Amino acid sequence: MTDTIKSLSALLAAGKISSVELCQDTLGRIERLNPTLNAFITVAADKTLAEAAAADARRAAGSVGNPAGPLIGVPIAHKDIFCAEGWLTTCGSKMLSNFVSPYDAHVIEQFKAAGMPTLGKTNMDEFAMGSSNETSFYGPVKNPWDTTRVPGGSSGGSAAAVAARIAPAATGTDTGGSIRQPAALCGITGLKPTYGVVSRYGMIAFASSLDQAGPMARTAEDCALLLNVMAGFDARDSTSLEREKEDYTRDLSRPLAGLKIGLPREFFSEGLSGETARAVEQAIDALKKLGAQAVAVALPNSRLSVAAYYVLAPAEASSNLSRFDGVRYGYRTPEYGDLTEMYEKTRAEGFGPEVKRRIMIGAYVLSHGYYDAYYLQAQKLRRLIAQDFVEAFKQCDVILGPTAPTTAFKLNEKTADPVEMYLSDIYTIAVNLAGLPGLSLPCGFDAQGLPIGLQLIGDYFAEARMLNVAHQYQLASDWHTRAPTL
Amino acid sequence: MQWETVIGLEVHSQLSTQTKIFSGASTAFGAAPNSQACQVDIALPGVLPVLNKGAVERAIKFGLAIGAKLNRTNIFDRKNYFYPDLPKGYQISQFTLPIVEAGELTVQVGEGGKAVEKTVRITRAHLEEDAGKSLHEDFHGEDGRPLSGIDLNRAGTPLLEIVSEPDMRSAKEAVAYAKALHTLVAWIGICDGNMQEGSFRVDANVSVRPMGQAEYGTRREIKNLNSFKFLEQAINYEARWQIEQIEDGHTIQQATVLFDPDSGETRVMRTKEDAHDYRYFPDPDLLPVKLDEDWIEQVRATLPELPQQKQARYRDDLGLSAYDANTLTSSRAMADYFESVVAGLMQPDAKLAANWIMGDLSATLNREGLDVAASRISARQLAGLLARIQDGTLSGKLAKQVFEAMWAGEGEADAIIEARGLKQVSDSGALSAIIDEVLAANAKSVEEFRSGKEKAFNALVGQVMKASKGRANPAQVNELLKRKLGAG
Repeated sequence: MTDTIKSLSALLAAGKISSVELCQDTLGRIERLNPTLNAFITVAADKTLAEAAAADARRAAGSVGNPAGPLIGVPIAHKDIFCAEGWLTTCGSKMLSNFVSPYDAHVIEQFKAAGMPTLGKTNMDEFAMGSSNETSFYGPVKNPWDTTRVPGGSSGGSAAAVAARIAPAATGTDTGGSIRQPAALCGITGLKPTYGVVSRYGMIAFASSLDQAGPMARTAEDCALLLNVMAGFDARDSTSLEREKEDYTRDLSRPLAGLKIGLPREFFSEGLSGETARAVEQAIDALKKLGAQAVAVALPNSRLSVAAYYVLAPAEASSNLSRFDGVRYGYRTPEYGDLTEMYEKTRAEGFGPEVKRRIMIGAYVLSHGYYDAYYLQAQKLRRLIAQDFVEAFKQCDVILGPTAPTTAFKLNEKTADPVEMYLSDIYTIAVNLAGLPGLSLPCGFDAQGLPIGLQLIGDYFAEARMLNVAHQYQLASDWHTRAPTL
Repeated sequence: MQWETVIGLEVHSQLSTQTKIFSGASTAFGAAPNSQACQVDIALPGVLPVLNKGAVERAIKFGLAIGAKLNRTNIFDRKNYFYPDLPKGYQISQFTLPIVEAGELTVQVGEGGKAVEKTVRITRAHLEEDAGKSLHEDFHGEDGRPLSGIDLNRAGTPLLEIVSEPDMRSAKEAVAYAKALHTLVAWIGICDGNMQEGSFRVDANVSVRPMGQAEYGTRREIKNLNSFKFLEQAINYEARWQIEQIEDGHTIQQATVLFDPDSGETRVMRTKEDAHDYRYFPDPDLLPVKLDEDWIEQVRATLPELPQQKQARYRDDLGLSAYDANTLTSSRAMADYFESVVAGLMQPDAKLAANWIMGDLSATLNREGLDVAASRISARQLAGLLARIQDGTLSGKLAKQVFEAMWAGEGEADAIIEARGLKQVSDSGALSAIIDEVLAANAKSVEEFRSGKEKAFNALVGQVMKASKGRANPAQVNELLKRKLGAG
């Protein structure tokens, strides 16, 4: 099962395989490999196979009156942050360890409408707070390239599943790099779209102004096909953008001649590993051979992005997570004397340490007397960071750099030092603060055989162009075709 | 020492939208607990709010009605605190940039000749969602243990919180302002004004200070007053209590208090020390609300003539007294009724219509506990009755009989007059005959009159009216009688 969804779609269309067979095969691999990888929190073969059978029936019925696209029957794994009707939806937390969602997120609805069976719900950092998948209540996910290492986070389960070929594709969400950083660390392709392109309805909120869902797959072409399914206006999300439906595959085969790639010097400075820097430089050379020109750009405020992010994201999170109070659903402490004790014990027992740390930071920066100094100041930085990109895109079509400063680190290596952990998102966070689209794709391996990620950053709504660049690079390289041996 | 009471009011007015402010669930009152709470209202993981434009329109309408500034960009914030009836753990409200700022309302304080005008400044009015309700009484678990229940039907109901400046100086002024505001929100159709159902709730901030002192005293906030009577009682009690405390050498601590209607006292609910830090910040799930001029003008076009405008017109154009103008604009239904009656008369006579509406009609409505909108005599019917007074068919006394018959459902004025034979006798021949008989039978009175006793004339008129069973046209009787007595 090493196929892209593009090729699986062709096999299904040609009748060479059925969705049920494809899902059975994939579920078999999950059963074999998941105990090692811990990429899935929930697998429900009966549900998946029922959806697969329905997809086969729809395909057999033909396209008459059938709005499903070319991916009908191709299974996909969903990050456990998406509410899916009848599925346990935990968000990686004890707090929701008993929560079976009564409704589908918009993203889930879109994939159901496209006829794509759900393979299961993937593991993730608790409430998407983490860069290593080690904060999950369900235990860490292991990197398929080296199971002593982390897969990145927070969409680590999705990244590991796609890398290990136990899911042809998966959904992820990205608040500060949670699609791109694990994609880089696991050697797959992942796209965070422009804020507002994919509806957040039914996606459990971490930091509402930064959260954005996106596809994680083997190739840029697969990501384009998946984004075609995910994107679109949804009136239930007030920040969803009302735009014409786009075909994100439309520019895939466009030649790169004349493409201007912007290289921000801030992304090639201290903290970047030498091997990563070399791999990125080789990728730049490869793109130049395809006709691209490199120009130097400046993102002077990007160095402040981690600081701004760790004020704004916790502030929003502290409020977003208030609904987990033990009153209406989810975990409730078994023993309590009164209401206050019920709240305190429920939240003390239901949330893990990283989530509590961020709730406390968030409550602090919003509190009376500190709001101006922290929250408002961080909002100002956010505007400055976004303005840097506006200036940079006057000189280039896409910005290019590393996705993460290092390749996959060891399990427990950074858990003792939260700030060290936060710095693994140093190249990805500014993109969320600006609301821009960002993409990570494999561009090499280090001496230990660990994948290295290349990040493309586009202007607002430039997803098709970014996918074009990534696809052309993937036509000229084979990093994305390499699979870990498990 | 002379003391002055200083009062500012915060009014929560429930907006009359069909659905909630951020979800599609119904706002209808009285449904079974939690039957009108959708996944957004119960704050399931992943749900998001979507602003109901109808609520914004109602707020715009209010802003226009009080001549306020409408913030072309206004923002929803989150007010964070934990309570079981607050499903998200925060209330979506407007904090730094409310939709309405700096308006005013001029109200009449007192009645009749002693009435004075008072202008109360309105600091702001902002949109927010209501919380649910905790059910503490009569709620038990399966094992019979007392439990608290939560009803989230009300959660997400749109509210307009209207905050006044501390401009009122007595409970009477506060009540006059609250009543005028209550009239206004119902008048412009943004709130049903039902106080029993909690559609209009008043919080009163009360402080006292020595007369002449510029600084305000420390205030205490009386929460959730749901009748004008309680508002008046609570403020009077609270002001007296504060004065006594200060005179006894104590200081007032800032606090939130509740009014107990049974004891007539206020008691502390929480003090400043346990005040929350609500950690307000802009809600990232909602975009800033933009009001463009077209939208504002569309809303303005739906605004009816306002009570104050009507009052001025009634006084200046229709010649009514200030008191009449105020009374007739106590509700939109009342004003509509009055205007329909006047419009139904061939010869418009606003004073005649006003007298009947404020007299017999109001008395009857009060007796029956009905609102003018539920009057059993329609404006058209009343106009029909008044027309018969105007053309001399009915005397005032007969008109009252017709009015009562009309109320009893006997039909139109003309039909009642016909059926009951109540038509005024204006035929000089017939009247002349009656008068001759009365003069013949009352020689003594005739004598007295002729000797200069004016009173005797009235007695003779009375006899004529009696003989005609009240149907004689009094003006004509006067004239004929005078002529026959040689006094004319």
